Amino acid sequence: MQNSTSATPPVRSYLSNLVWTLVRFREAGISIFILLLMFVVTLRAPSFLTTDNFNDILLNISILVIVALAQTMVIITHGIDLSVSSMIGLVAMMVAFVVKQNPEMPVIFAVLLGMALGSVLGSFNGLIITRGNVPPIIATLGTLSIYRGLVFFYSQGTWINSFELPDNFKMLSKGTPLGLPNMVIIAVLVALVVYYFLNHTRTGRDIYAVGTNPDAAPFAGIRKDRIIFLVYLLSGILAGLAAVLWVSRFESAQTNTASGFELQTVAASVVGGVSISGGVGTVPGVLLGALLLGIIQNSLTLIRISPFWQLAAQGLLILIAVISDKWILTRVERTNK
Amino acid sequence: MTEYILELKNMTKRFSGVEVLHEVSFSLRPGEVHALLGENGAGKSTLVKVMTGVHQPDKGEIHLDGKRVSFSDTRESRQAGIAAIYQELSLFPDLDVAENIFVGRQPVTTGGRIDWRKLYADAGKLLESLGVHLDLKHKARSLSIAQQQMVEIARAFSINARILIMDEPTSSLTLNEVADLFRLVRRLREEGTAIVFISHRLEELFELADRVTIMRDGSYVDTRSISDVTRDDLIRLMVGRTITDLFPKQDVKAGEVVLKVENLARAGTFHDVSFELQRGEILGMAGLVGAGRTNVARAIFGVEPATAGSIQIEGRQVAITSPQQAIRLGLAYVPEDRQLHGLIPAMPITSNISLPTLFKYAKHGWLQDKTERKAAYGAALQMEVRANNMWQLTRELSGGNQQKIVLSKWLSTNPRILILDEPTRGIDVGTKAAVHALMSKLAAEGMAILMISSELPEILGMSDRVLVMREGHITGHFSRAEATQEKIISAATQAVTLGSAQ
Amino acid sequence: MISSSSASDTKSVSLISENAPKSSFLSRFLRWEWMLVGLIFIVVIVNTQLTPYFLDARNLSRTSSDFMEIGLMMLPMVFIIITGNIDLSVASNMGMSASFMGLLHNMGVNIWVAAAAALLLGTLGGMLNGYLISRVKLPALVVTLGTYAFYRGLAYGFLGDQAARGYPEAFTYFGQGKVFQTLVPFSVALFLFMAVIFGLVLHRTSFGRYLFSIGNNENATNYSGVPVAKIKFIIYTLSGFMASLAGLVLAARFGSTRPDNGTGLELAVITAAVLGGVDINGGKGSMLGAGLSLLLIGLMRFGMGLMNIQGQVQGIAIGLLLILSILIPSMVRSLSSAGKNINWRSAFSAFLFLLVFVLFFVFFFWSRAAVIANI
Repeated sequence: MQNSTSATPPVRSYLSNLVWTLVRFREAGISIFILLLMFVVTLRAPSFLTTDNFNDILLNISILVIVALAQTMVIITHGIDLSVSSMIGLVAMMVAFVVKQNPEMPVIFAVLLGMALGSVLGSFNGLIITRGNVPPIIATLGTLSIYRGLVFFYSQGTWINSFELPDNFKMLSKGTPLGLPNMVIIAVLVALVVYYFLNHTRTGRDIYAVGTNPDAAPFAGIRKDRIIFLVYLLSGILAGLAAVLWVSRFESAQTNTASGFELQTVAASVVGGVSISGGVGTVPGVLLGALLLGIIQNSLTLIRISPFWQLAAQGLLILIAVISDKWILTRVERTNK
Repeated sequence: MTEYILELKNMTKRFSGVEVLHEVSFSLRPGEVHALLGENGAGKSTLVKVMTGVHQPDKGEIHLDGKRVSFSDTRESRQAGIAAIYQELSLFPDLDVAENIFVGRQPVTTGGRIDWRKLYADAGKLLESLGVHLDLKHKARSLSIAQQQMVEIARAFSINARILIMDEPTSSLTLNEVADLFRLVRRLREEGTAIVFISHRLEELFELADRVTIMRDGSYVDTRSISDVTRDDLIRLMVGRTITDLFPKQDVKAGEVVLKVENLARAGTFHDVSFELQRGEILGMAGLVGAGRTNVARAIFGVEPATAGSIQIEGRQVAITSPQQAIRLGLAYVPEDRQLHGLIPAMPITSNISLPTLFKYAKHGWLQDKTERKAAYGAALQMEVRANNMWQLTRELSGGNQQKIVLSKWLSTNPRILILDEPTRGIDVGTKAAVHALMSKLAAEGMAILMISSELPEILGMSDRVLVMREGHITGHFSRAEATQEKIISAATQAVTLGSAQ
Repeated sequence: MISSSSASDTKSVSLISENAPKSSFLSRFLRWEWMLVGLIFIVVIVNTQLTPYFLDARNLSRTSSDFMEIGLMMLPMVFIIITGNIDLSVASNMGMSASFMGLLHNMGVNIWVAAAAALLLGTLGGMLNGYLISRVKLPALVVTLGTYAFYRGLAYGFLGDQAARGYPEAFTYFGQGKVFQTLVPFSVALFLFMAVIFGLVLHRTSFGRYLFSIGNNENATNYSGVPVAKIKFIIYTLSGFMASLAGLVLAARFGSTRPDNGTGLELAVITAAVLGGVDINGGKGSMLGAGLSLLLIGLMRFGMGLMNIQGQVQGIAIGLLLILSILIPSMVRSLSSAGKNINWRSAFSAFLFLLVFVLFFVFFFWSRAAVIANI
């Protein structure tokens, strides 16, 4: 019996291997870019290459990593969560109030409270998206406003200052019992958990399935609505965790806490190779994306470029990332035909 | 104990008051290939969807192994051992082959951790036992349609489906791939699986099926053993009347050359394509799916322009870079995929027909509704479109009527060169004949027609000349007199042994 | 995917008729707009009960002017959303253009030249979006997210932490002045004028028909010879132009410019469009509806302002309105099709969620009570 699927010309498998490497290329590409960037920056500002500075960078991106991972899971399902910044703001304010009133409360309670509050906010998103058929962009655009408005309503314009917060709470993010700041360790833990979840559990793989072909998912026995609800719920939970760390790190909770943060989470994801149409995205990619953003933010300050250009740099980075994605894709498709 | 593994009794299903299934009964034996035959709109797809739980019947019963069952969704039918493969494949493009086979059911170790090693091993074993050779790590996106179908079958195999439903599985396959598919199907049959096979290609039914059930207009007509029927019997049962002339071809004297293509190429898609098209003639383009015929058409029409070679329209050399330009040059293209490229499903008939010629009804950009509608109505009436009124949305129409709308749209641009890509795919026999008659009439009036088709009877019946393409090259050129089925197939599959195919 | 079966050709359906279907066509078309009118009615009634200042012409005149920037940007946004795309960069473009003008003015450039330069810059910004989306074929969401950051960044780059001040009165007329002797602010007149033009283009011209067609099925529209890429390029360029125009109006109104002007305004623009019945998935919408929803949102904000409700807190109402405008019709549809079968499990989970949200708000008020009391 001869080789049956001779419809596979040998040329195709070679190209498929190429595609495979190019997909990996994304992470390799960012890594190379990061190294180049680090090299260039060090030339201009030698203080870049110090452990103190790296510590700073890691601290700066820890919160971003946590929320970007959540955003990634949402984007993989072909959705988006624009409300993360407002969720962080609201939970931050509420937790700060509670901690101020109960300074003896164990810090772990604050963390759990934050995550619980975040879960409520996230589940509201998930509910209106799955049951209400509200498109994710509209739903989260709406809750972006609603939750931010609730922050104002809650605090009546006041905010919580550093001296109103107990020390043990402030040490949550900065303490270094294990060498690295707690916050960084937490971020690493979250990354590990999410990695395991997405790559080694059925539910995690279901997320990819729903993203790449939502219509076919029910036929494969996947409960699409539950998966979509889940990613928004997780987004809320992680935003809640991020909120507690935010208050701890910056030692304050203001009405505009985390305003505009959602852009950075999407940027980190997109730069890290997550496709806005769903189904594609890896944890290492997002970590690298967040790292790149952090390095850029850090180096711009070191090179004494006005912080006002930060935003422009982030925007430019997003554009470069998607353009190069498209370029790679068209190249691959053309040779594949 | 019953001899039937699946029985449907008196199935009735209504959509918005219209009865799509009327007291249909169907019985399936284990280890048989049971064909389901009928024109488009006969209700085959709906019956299958009732079997798999996509739709719930308004009346009737389903019996599995003699016991009454009901499925409220596809998960339940799957759990009962019923798997279905549709024309629109339900693979996950960004997951790899192995994961696609086991999606939703990945093997786990204790604690819920996916056992990747076992998954890849099992997938590999499965594909090997089916004689399918694929790289397990390839994303489904990069597979050909035939390969994707293999993966779907492997998936059905892996869930130990006792009943496999295949809806028009061969429409996009090459002859070789069809042979492979049939081999798999026979294998499944030997193992006792019952297969429901929907196809309108009668040759395939005669080759593969054991019994055939014919449906017409939502009702059950008859069930026969394949050995007891002839081709004409089947057509008569399907249509309810005899179709006298499916290919009404008039003899037309060809005029001057209107389209001349020389060494046309598009990197990675097709190369060295040269041919001429004359007024009044129908040039058939035969070949397997993926041979590049549609790509050539798209290049001529400016959707995916050629990267090398020349096109001459009525003697003048032109570079066609957009459909807009192509239309101005007198070209029209009726695409292969109606829903995707031919129609605007959520817009009314009027808007669909007038779209390419909208500027005619716009005085300085201002739309003249009445004029537009009158013109569109005239075109629709001429095509004998059957619908409620001009405001009806095209997605509510049947396949045949939709094709009529697409045709009237393009004819109202007054083209001199008409390119038809699979003009009778997915439409009922009655409309098929009408479309062919139209083609003949147009040719007689001087239209130059390029007809791409994968149906050999259509190619042989309607073409004045036949071009055959294979993997981006022209491999055969026959006049109407010379062309035979064997010659065309030979040119279409050059350098590949036919094996068990024909 | 797989379409449901439809009636067979030869049987029940007869040859197509020229007559229009009965009036159902009319009622279907106007339903959303009537809902908006109803809501406007309610808002007006409620507010006039609460305060006598609501229907005061002078107050309305003063307030409506600050809404026209949103209105101006909403007009091309309707076009863009109907084609199935989005533009998140409008407010940033607005800020960038205004900041550019401010920078030039600070450097001593003549105000009209600076304004023209700002318009040019904004239009170029729109063209960049248009190019990346229509030629390079990148997804609109990500491109405009990138330019949302990039243009706002440029705004900050131009002005830093300064502000631009001292615009001549001839210029500020456009933001603060009134038309002739009436109470109608110039900016409102400008908006209404543009709205009529945009509305006519959308509903009565072939260009507008093309927009709907693209939103419904871009591929088929392309195959039908419509210059899709060119049209997409045009609407994004238009969006850039209107955004910079809005920037000028804003600068004229305030009499000064800061780089953070209009931050977050894109949400209001999109909300106004979607609330106005423009389907976010494309293919459906009306300018009248968009205009009505703008009026509705404006009246609501005005009313809330009179009640001393802060801007950010107003966002709660607007966000809720946005969500409910899609949620309620959807729920009504699913409830009516589900019929009389009550799914006990989903009713139970609905109850559970309700409980959770109630608990949340109980906690909300309880936890803030102690702190607020101490202020």
